[in-house]
Amino acid sequence: MNEFVLIFRNDFLPEAKFSPDEMQAIMQHWQEWIGGIAAKGLLANGGNRLSSNGNTVKPNNIITDGPFVEIKEIISGYIVIKAADIDDAAEIAKGCPILMVGGNVEVRDIIPMNI
Amino acid sequence: MQQKELIPQLYRNEFRKMAAVLCRLFGIEHITIAEDIVSDTFLLAAETWGLKGIPENPVAWLYTVAKNKAKDFLRRNDIYNEKVTLAIQHAANAKNEFEIDLSNTNIVDSQLQMMFTICNPCIPPESQVGLALRILCGFSIDEIADAFLTKKETINKRLYRAKEKLKQLKVKIEMPHEQEIGSRIDNVLTTLYLLFNEGYFSAGRNSKIRKDLCLEAMRLAYMLVENKTTNKPEVCALLSLMCFHASRFEARIKPDGELVLYNEQDRSLWNKELILNGKYFLNKGATGSTLSKYHLEAAIAFWHTIEIDSIEKWENILSLYNKLLIIEYSPIAALNRTYALARVYGNDTAIVEAKKLSQDHNHLYHSLLGELFALTDNKKAIEHFLLAAKLTRSDADKKVILKKIEKLNQKVS
Repeated sequence: MNEFVLIFRNDFLPEAKFSPDEMQAIMQHWQEWIGGIAAKGLLANGGNRLSSNGNTVKPNNIITDGPFVEIKEIISGYIVIKAADIDDAAEIAKGCPILMVGGNVEVRDIIPMNI
Repeated sequence: MQQKELIPQLYRNEFRKMAAVLCRLFGIEHITIAEDIVSDTFLLAAETWGLKGIPENPVAWLYTVAKNKAKDFLRRNDIYNEKVTLAIQHAANAKNEFEIDLSNTNIVDSQLQMMFTICNPCIPPESQVGLALRILCGFSIDEIADAFLTKKETINKRLYRAKEKLKQLKVKIEMPHEQEIGSRIDNVLTTLYLLFNEGYFSAGRNSKIRKDLCLEAMRLAYMLVENKTTNKPEVCALLSLMCFHASRFEARIKPDGELVLYNEQDRSLWNKELILNGKYFLNKGATGSTLSKYHLEAAIAFWHTIEIDSIEKWENILSLYNKLLIIEYSPIAALNRTYALARVYGNDTAIVEAKKLSQDHNHLYHSLLGELFALTDNKKAIEHFLLAAKLTRSDADKKVILKKIEKLNQKVS
């Protein structure tokens, strides 16, 4: 078994506001999808959601507002899963609820950091 | 009360108190001597009381004898010079006689400190549970062997090795610093959880011993709740979980030891008081920002005390199992989640998910599939139940499974 990161990307829509009921339904989808991965013993790390607040630090002391100024998509979160290979990992990613709302999942192999 | 009944009862209540105080006084390297002194005290009680009758205050008699034996040991031993003289120097009214403190406060303090000493990941979990049963619960070696369904010699060896390890690592008998308690208490809770589960889920036949294990785990958890420094939300959550489970003790085991499934239990046998206690401690544990697996398991156990099946109940249970699995995977939680999934989304959805669990060698997996197929596919249901019966190592489980197969066979004919 190897570890892969699933990175969730979505269009940045500052105006998108969900009602509490919609929000709850969305959360339930995510929880059940991740719960299903965990139930198979394949969740290596529950990861995190990322807020859309942020800064980007660039060379020459330039700090810009938000991670999304020049790109339409932002990373909204990640989890780490265990899978036999990248195809197997992609198969798991197919169930991700972000696909139902126009987002996408990037599946990446992890290379351990040897510093 | 007759001496015959009195001594075992005193043993159960007093052994652990004296043992903890003496262990703490002598230090980890003399833990066996502390045990021996207390055992000798009871031996002497049995002999003397048999000849002269039971003293007026049996507990005080035991304490006095144990104190004298402990003093004799201290005098003979080097630790007298190291520890006792120091202690006397520090004492306000320095008499030339060292007092062994068997006051209630010191007993409780000593027991808490011993809990942190024993529940140490440097020794294997089953040794931690064994030592806890011996030192913190005052079980005899025979009783511990019974609880683990193993031989006395095995337990003796196991405990000997564990004590040697603690000695070798010079583990101190003391409370962790306040900042450390948060991380150290995890080990203690794991051991208490194991102790409880050993009683609740083990395949052992002696239901009296099994119940005692659960009650001891609850007593120790309660000691942690009662103490200001160890009264953490996750401790309350664990105690709550134990109360909810224990509330079904009478309903889930027939007098002959046969298991009764949750759905078939006589609900009038559920212990209402324990359910109330469970709710009380669940509320008490609902503070702070920690959401431990004990919180989630206690919340699941709470939903199981609600008799009426509703979609809300099963949605909540499913959501709690999802969260639990995200914190920590366990095969049993994965199977239980799948059952909850069936109750919310139907058996077909659950069967698809179940097949991805890779638990082919687990009898509970086949029991679950048998259950999920029972309504739609009799043949497959029986196949899975037969596999479950073949795989289980517990006679009690096997009986339950064979009964299910019998019922399904009747449906066919």
